Amino acid sequence: MESILEMNGIDKSFGPVKVLSNVSFDLRRGEVHALMGENGAGKSTLMKILTGIFSKDAGKIIYEGNEVEYTNPKDAMDAGIVIVHQELNMINHLTVAQNVFIGRESMNGILTDDHDLNHKAQELFDRLNMDINPKVKVGSLTVGKMQMVEIAKAISMNAKIVVFDEPSAALTETEIQELFKIIRDLKQQNIGIVYISHRMDEIKQITDRVTVMRDGATVGTIDTVDTTKAKIIKMMVGREVSETPKTESTVPTDAETVLQVVNMNAGKRVIDLSFELKKGEILGFSGLMGAGRTEMARIIFGADTADSGEIYVHGQQVHIRKPVDAVKHGIGYLSEDRKQFGVIVGMSVADNVVLTDLNRYTNGPLINDHKINAAVEQHVKELRIKTPSVKQLLGNLSGGNQQKVVIAKWLEQASDILIFDEPTRGIDVGAKSEIYDLMNNLVDMGKSIIMISSEMTEILRMSDRIIVMSEGRKTAELDIADASQENIMTYATMREEIG
Amino acid sequence: MAQTIKKAKIKSTESTYTKITNAIGLQQIVILIVLILIYALFAAASPAFRSGNTMTSIMDASYYVGFLGLGVTFVIITGGIDLSIGTSMMCAAITGGVVYNELHAPVWVALVVIMVMATGVGLINGILVAKFKLPPFIATLGTMMITRGLGSIISNVKTETFPLRGSANGWYKSIFRTDGNFPTGVILLVVMAILASVVLNHTKVGRYIFAIGSNREATRLSGVNVVTSEAMAYVIAGFFAGLAAIAYAATYTTIMPGTGAGFEMDGIAAVVVGGTSLAGGVGSIVGTFIGVFIMTVLKVGLPYLDLQPHYQIFITGFVVLLAVYVDIYRNRKANK
Repeated sequence: MESILEMNGIDKSFGPVKVLSNVSFDLRRGEVHALMGENGAGKSTLMKILTGIFSKDAGKIIYEGNEVEYTNPKDAMDAGIVIVHQELNMINHLTVAQNVFIGRESMNGILTDDHDLNHKAQELFDRLNMDINPKVKVGSLTVGKMQMVEIAKAISMNAKIVVFDEPSAALTETEIQELFKIIRDLKQQNIGIVYISHRMDEIKQITDRVTVMRDGATVGTIDTVDTTKAKIIKMMVGREVSETPKTESTVPTDAETVLQVVNMNAGKRVIDLSFELKKGEILGFSGLMGAGRTEMARIIFGADTADSGEIYVHGQQVHIRKPVDAVKHGIGYLSEDRKQFGVIVGMSVADNVVLTDLNRYTNGPLINDHKINAAVEQHVKELRIKTPSVKQLLGNLSGGNQQKVVIAKWLEQASDILIFDEPTRGIDVGAKSEIYDLMNNLVDMGKSIIMISSEMTEILRMSDRIIVMSEGRKTAELDIADASQENIMTYATMREEIG
Repeated sequence: MAQTIKKAKIKSTESTYTKITNAIGLQQIVILIVLILIYALFAAASPAFRSGNTMTSIMDASYYVGFLGLGVTFVIITGGIDLSIGTSMMCAAITGGVVYNELHAPVWVALVVIMVMATGVGLINGILVAKFKLPPFIATLGTMMITRGLGSIISNVKTETFPLRGSANGWYKSIFRTDGNFPTGVILLVVMAILASVVLNHTKVGRYIFAIGSNREATRLSGVNVVTSEAMAYVIAGFFAGLAAIAYAATYTTIMPGTGAGFEMDGIAAVVVGGTSLAGGVGSIVGTFIGVFIMTVLKVGLPYLDLQPHYQIFITGFVVLLAVYVDIYRNRKANK
């Protein structure tokens, strides 16, 4: 296959920090090339240089035989290099067609011609075998469909190279398969595809070659067929990481029930959900996007309210109307969206840890910051949070360390029921196993954990018991000994019979 | 890892310069220099500006703008805005005048009424925004119009005059300037600024105000009672509007009905010039304090350059734009 792109000896520094050093990467026509590496390895920076968002300090980019350097994304786009971003850049209040052709509207004199736009969008979707109505507002689409629109938009610019930046992060299994179908179509049309993802299974399924980056340098490029998951992980972290599933529950059968939920209902999002959580247990919640797991967690924590249902903590019925109530009952919540709901990036590590209850750190009306710092330093040591000081702004920490700060926040409250919602989302492979060790330590200390996870390997590795949800209902409750990827997936895709 | 080491190095060689900038903030130092430059410019251009009387005028004008600015700093750090402080201040002041003139109450009662009324308006704003989730701009736009009308209703569209200096009940004027012309108000303003700074930086409510401005939802999900803390910011702004009302009455004696609209902008502009971000989560009392004097030096100084007072508004607009631009430019650079 003929090469369409070569990037050679790329260097890039931000101030004194070198983020890319002598990086090389090449792409052939009609190939899907995976770009892998831990967070901060330099994948996104490299792609941002390619698409003209950042400028490079040194090196050469050869595109279709000519040396190029794009200084803004529009130039790269016009040349046929487009990126489908991880965060969707969609305007919810405009229609699908208006979004696809934004900046390139069909005109009728000085007025925009929506009729023609819809027509053009429909043609595009037909060509790509996408079932999307161009006239509906983007805000009414599922995340999966929005991703499709984003891809269609990229294709409509006569793309020759399409960069996918973790496209599957928010997609359901079916949507991922649809995406792969589209990617295979693009291959047929000789388009070169760069595919950034953390998910090993997908890499095996869809890519032809894999390039692994670590600490701003390329570790190597290999053909996908010749490699294994373990090999790639080893290249990424520089060491082997074990991923053995748990085989049996470590919770004694007579363990105390610390949390009981009875007949929880919340619209169509949670339907008649009942379950128990035992002391010292990790209860895994598996299911697809929109199965109602996060909704369930937010209700237990008082972030949202249920229509009906009862919650018992240590056998006592409790009424949780707001997070303050949940905290009083010893419940802590680690949100799936850390930046938005979990931490305050503009405040220090110390302030984040003690935010919930400052009362024990006051002298009269005044806060005693020395006392706070001393207490938080203890947590930093225990949880091995990597930070130069407890006064460091939280936003300067890596994802894994930010997550540890959230854990410290709940340890500080002596919470004994912890809800981990996607605890390792956006966290790199090395830090992941640290979070897992931490969770195991917590249950050894007698705490109980509800773990919501969309990663099958994570569910099978961590849980003592697994509840599978689909469309708001509990479809299965499995002991870890009986659980497998296959039966979990079957229950996760189980639909309520219509009738 | 490399980054960690680098930061540790910077810390160990921390100079006096960085200590000062960390304590006060770089932007605050910049605007202090700007303030001194503006003052020097006026002083150089006009000998009359250098007189003691001018200083007194600057001080007099700084009291009410200062209190408005200190109070609204809290609201702006939550990410909100309070448009009602100017009119609620004048509404409280004119009501105090009615209490004194029509009900023949002692002056101290009038002053208490002023404080209660202005703080009450703050409480209403707080409830509307924090509890009923009205957008701050809309909620306080409503109370701004209500208080502007209410002042006229209470006074029956009459001008209220407070007791003059030297009269039997003129003692209250000495809170801001003694009969010997000593500006005691400066002391009060400084004391209140220190108090505000302590509340903002060293109490629970202050810490939560910063947290709410940075990320309200994460703060709520940390188990913090965000409704109370957010509402407190508006109560504090109302309380300071009350102090501003007393300062205005003591300084200018006469309160006209239907005035006060636009005063809130002087206060808000001082806050923004002082480096407090309208996006919330970032702000400082020192900055506001300096910002207030930039506002009042411009207001008092421009007439000495033969520019009429409306030029003050005109030029202040440019100062605000410049300050906000510096803030944005600095953030953008920090993020690069």
